[in-house]
Amino acid sequence: MINSLFLINPSGEIFLEKHWKSVVSRSVCDYFLEAKEKALEPEDVPPVIHTPHHYLISIYRDKLFFLSVIQTEVPPLFVIEFLHRVAEMIQDYFGECSETVVKDHMVMVYELLEEMLDNGFPLATESNVLKEMIRPPTILRSVVNTLTGTSNVGDTLPTGQPSTIPWRRAGVRYTNNEAYFDVVEEIDAILDQSGTTVFAEIQGVVEACVKLSGMPDLTLSFMNPRLLDDVSFHPCVRYKLWESERVLSFIPPDGNFTLMTYHVNAQNLVAIPVYVKQSISFFECGSDGRLDVTVGPKQTMGKTVEGVMVTVHLPKTILSINLTATQGSYTYDNGTKLLVWDIGKLNPQKLPNLRGSLSLQAGAPKPEENPSLNIDLNIQQLAISGLKVNRLDMFGEKYKPFKGVKYITKAGKFQVRT
Amino acid sequence: MTDSKYFTTTKKGEIFELKAELNSDKKEKKKEAVKKVIASMTVGKDVSALFPDVVNCMQTDNLELKKLVYLYLMNYAKSQPDMAIMAVNTFVKDCEDPNPLIRALAVRTMGCIRVDKITEYLCEPLRKCLKDEDPYVRKTAAVCVAKLHDINAQLVEDQGFLDTLKDLISDSNPMVVANAVAALSEIAESHPNSNLLDLNPQSINKLLTALNECTEWGQIFILDCLANYTPRDDRESQSICERVTPRLSHANSAVVLSAVKVLMKFMEMLPKDLDYYGTLLKKLAPPLVTLLSAEPELQYVALRNINLIVQKRPEILKHEMKVFFVKYNDPIYVKLEKLDIMIRLASQANIAQVLAELKEYATEVDVDFVRKAVRAIGRCAIKVEQSAERCVSTLLDLIQTKVNYVVQEAIVVIKDIFRKYPNKYESVIATLCENLDSLDEPEARAAMIWIVGEYAERIDNADELLESFLEGFHDESTQVQLQLLTAIVKLFLKKPTETQELVQQVLSLATQDSDNPDLRDRGYIYWRLLSTDPVAAKEVVLAEKPLISEETDLIEPTLLEELICHIGTLASVYHKPPSAFVEGSRGVMHKRLPARTGSGEGTECPDVGNAAGGSAPEAAPSIIPSQGDLLGDLLNLDLAPPTTPAVLLPLLGGDIGGSPAMGAGFGAAPAVMPASLNAPVGGGLGDLFDLGGGVGMPMGAYIPPKTVWLPAMKAKGLEISGTFARRAGVIQMELVLTNKAMSVMTDFAIQFNRNSFGLAPAGPLQVLTPLGPNQTIEVSLPLSTVGPVMKMDPLNNLQVAVKNNIDVFYFSCQYPISMLFVEDGKMERQVFLATWKDIPNDNESQFQIQDCHLNSEAASNKLQGSNIFTIAKRTVEGQDMLYMSIKLSNGIWVLAELKVQAGNPNYTVSSGTRRDR
Repeated sequence: MINSLFLINPSGEIFLEKHWKSVVSRSVCDYFLEAKEKALEPEDVPPVIHTPHHYLISIYRDKLFFLSVIQTEVPPLFVIEFLHRVAEMIQDYFGECSETVVKDHMVMVYELLEEMLDNGFPLATESNVLKEMIRPPTILRSVVNTLTGTSNVGDTLPTGQPSTIPWRRAGVRYTNNEAYFDVVEEIDAILDQSGTTVFAEIQGVVEACVKLSGMPDLTLSFMNPRLLDDVSFHPCVRYKLWESERVLSFIPPDGNFTLMTYHVNAQNLVAIPVYVKQSISFFECGSDGRLDVTVGPKQTMGKTVEGVMVTVHLPKTILSINLTATQGSYTYDNGTKLLVWDIGKLNPQKLPNLRGSLSLQAGAPKPEENPSLNIDLNIQQLAISGLKVNRLDMFGEKYKPFKGVKYITKAGKFQVRT
Repeated sequence: MTDSKYFTTTKKGEIFELKAELNSDKKEKKKEAVKKVIASMTVGKDVSALFPDVVNCMQTDNLELKKLVYLYLMNYAKSQPDMAIMAVNTFVKDCEDPNPLIRALAVRTMGCIRVDKITEYLCEPLRKCLKDEDPYVRKTAAVCVAKLHDINAQLVEDQGFLDTLKDLISDSNPMVVANAVAALSEIAESHPNSNLLDLNPQSINKLLTALNECTEWGQIFILDCLANYTPRDDRESQSICERVTPRLSHANSAVVLSAVKVLMKFMEMLPKDLDYYGTLLKKLAPPLVTLLSAEPELQYVALRNINLIVQKRPEILKHEMKVFFVKYNDPIYVKLEKLDIMIRLASQANIAQVLAELKEYATEVDVDFVRKAVRAIGRCAIKVEQSAERCVSTLLDLIQTKVNYVVQEAIVVIKDIFRKYPNKYESVIATLCENLDSLDEPEARAAMIWIVGEYAERIDNADELLESFLEGFHDESTQVQLQLLTAIVKLFLKKPTETQELVQQVLSLATQDSDNPDLRDRGYIYWRLLSTDPVAAKEVVLAEKPLISEETDLIEPTLLEELICHIGTLASVYHKPPSAFVEGSRGVMHKRLPARTGSGEGTECPDVGNAAGGSAPEAAPSIIPSQGDLLGDLLNLDLAPPTTPAVLLPLLGGDIGGSPAMGAGFGAAPAVMPASLNAPVGGGLGDLFDLGGGVGMPMGAYIPPKTVWLPAMKAKGLEISGTFARRAGVIQMELVLTNKAMSVMTDFAIQFNRNSFGLAPAGPLQVLTPLGPNQTIEVSLPLSTVGPVMKMDPLNNLQVAVKNNIDVFYFSCQYPISMLFVEDGKMERQVFLATWKDIPNDNESQFQIQDCHLNSEAASNKLQGSNIFTIAKRTVEGQDMLYMSIKLSNGIWVLAELKVQAGNPNYTVSSGTRRDR
């Protein structure tokens, strides 16, 4: 099982180590640092590295490397999932996951890691349970603690822990009982030069924020559950009922959680909300090129497309650019060759356009590779797959909760090839 | 308030200051001090000097302080074992605390302190905690057993903790069950044969129940454990599958993949015509696709596993090609894996899409990726015949881009396409030749040279082209040099008149000016071939080449089966069996997919059978020492232009025969033999008697049962099993060859290393028809005993090299010594008597044959069948004494006395030999 964890910053400095079995010298990280040197980008470091005596499994998240050391045959996905939980836990407790935050709360992070694993076996990874064991820091609490001498460490066993619903604690009380669900869909798509869809799919997620007293038993049903043929659920969802009746029945955790994720397949037709007309060309001789990009709405189901942004990685040999945008503004970083055009809201009457000239370094050959365009956008009050929540029922408690559903569509990995 | 403040240092020295604070009377100050200590520890500073001061803070009712001290103890107890003992009392007391959190914490911490003295005190509290009323304590205690086992395995066994742990599998709380399974699995890993997880339908049922209720991590442990079970029949298999399927919808990808493993394995037992089988196949695709939308690290592991799954069951993902399309901002390791799977899924139906994508990738920025994309186009051409033309034209387009590495990569793959579709696309050679000058990588140069040599008759200026390469011959890499040598020889054989000078030049460069033995030897072989028999040379060098197949990059089926059983593990990421790389996995057992068994059939359990019996034959063929490697080099020579074994084997024989004339100087050998001879003779006799059964069995020499000598895993799919027999005075090696690979095997040849009795094949291996996939052939190879002699250890060890069109493989086997007993081994009585007296005492040895229920007559009859002749028999005090003689094929006589006592199943044999005349 998981032997040790090292947190490493992008410059290769180890700033936290934790061992759950015997202590492993931090020199094992050298193998990792070597691989990191070889990789062009931090993202490209291979996640599984074999050393003579150990295996190093790492993730790169929030500009930090989480590196675990294992000695025996362990499912690597298990380790990677766990490392992501660690990152989420830090995010959850301290609001962000960064080197500074971890250094500021070194002891608490260390205590938390100790609670999460025992001898390399996961012990408590549910945020609810952890928060009962070790309370997250707040300014008020730290003041109170200093005055009264109490501590952040809970001294009783979390109530949910031994029960069969470990994700919920007993005795939750709210004055306003409310349950909110966000249906968020991301479009992953690749469009080719002519605008034809090479590949498109929708990754959906239902995020919930449930603040209900007692032990509520909820049932969420959809207007069109047939859309969802590939789903994964939070452990609280009763799978049998989904199989037989296509409803989500569950006792929710307290607070924020991901109820389910789903995937609308490439086989179903995915609506593409925008089209992009672009041409990036370089003249065969001379050191000039032209760029011309226009974005327009396509299948938007009558909603407005907002937050449109186009990102282009220009070829390395570009010296400078001179462009004009009819809407929004663009920024260009000559170091990274990253061109970002922030458009904002799409106006169907007046299509935004960005055009101008690119100049190459003197003597540089015509670039071989074609830069791809990355598109960002969001559409409020629309789930592009057409998914709609029908109703939410509550059993087991007497009060009447306040309920709400919100839809949003975003671009995921939305790329246009040129 | 942040913890950064703990890192400020003062003039007096940190340690000194901390010491003072730790001994302060104020609780708050103490706690802050311990926090500082922990903070230093987490960044890797050594604060072990504070050990006594920190331990003193342990006696407290403040839980946070207690936890902090425990954290410190776990890190440093090992370096201060004597001081750590001070903490024992507190631990023992805490294990009795009314608060379950504290009880669990104490037992958990104690297990983490890896000090022998402490573990002794741990046993009693642990025993109590394993039976604690609170499930939280029980589940913590279960893990603690695994910890303790890691420190002191003997102690855990002696104290009976393993049984208690096994009992916890039936616990009412699913979390306890999951942890008990996890702990047992970890312990079992270091004891592969302990059979700790004794899985039976009842325990499986309990696990399946717990599976629904425990945490995600527990589900992983349980699923991995389930995967080791072999259901009795297809019905049980189906019911387990049904109960595991819901896990495919879990949000945790590790749970999903472990469930996939169980299903992939158990599916093997389901009849293919079952409706459920089809349903299951359909259910497997969506979760696999979903894994690809996760974080890149998860994607990577998932892709490595999907690579195995599509090889085993391509039907699952055949419609999902598009999800493997590469996005430009995928990390490189994801891109490369996706590409690999795209090719595996490529078929006539989707090839147009795939090619369009690959062409797109070939214009990307990342060099490694572009290269692989170009190579992928070539693989598509070879895999999908209908697409070959389109692939070639795509490659030509890419060559036109003149991007250096693209061109080179394209030329390498075009060479392969030529070999797959001869006489079809040679028209493009002209285009390729235009790019000759830009090639700077050895592989591309070698490929280009191969093309020029192979098609020399169509290229007008082939000699000029090759000559231009020859100028810098010594600066080229070996690969290019070898290829150039072969190409020029080919050219010479095709256009002998104009190129005589060129070929002489290259031969002299290769044989005289080079230090590379491969190059030199190849040069000499060509030289001699050309000078002795140009017609033969033509037949050898310009022989028809076998077509390359698309399956060359597939994983060996036996290995694939094993890897499928390891889905989700490191083995599946590395595509190697765990035995090949996992450290500390002492004798990992090879897992196999279960065989299909109908419901009616009994409780045949192939997995267990393999585990028990599998290791023995696996171990038997030992690695052949250096002589073997030498053989390999000789046989391996020049694989590119296939030379027939007929040419090479005489060469080989000459080489071996030419070395020390052991055959002639035979006199010395027997002198050393008697002492070491006893063991194998004894073993042989034991075997002979072992035949068991009643009296008056049909006569005949003893033939041991066939064993596997060369497992398919070690020989690219060729499995060899066999035995030895002596039939009508001729020693026969009886072989069963099985082809477990995907491609046809031909050109079998066999060769022995020198051995103790000069065994050598009396003729070539008679495998006349090619051996197709999954075919088996039985061959009997007559052996002579006039080959070269070398003493082996054990004496009856025989090292064998078998060659086929794929490779050369080595194994070793042991022949029963009785095979060497010749028919004229009956000694004259007088001679026997004289010889018996003549044998010095120290040449004599004795041993007992246990449990043999034959009377002396039957034994004598039976032995005669194996050419062990009874010369005389006398009875003394109820004991039958049999005197026997044996003559070995090399002329050594062995005399033996066999004492048989009626009613006593144990025989005593005294045997001896002396130097023969």
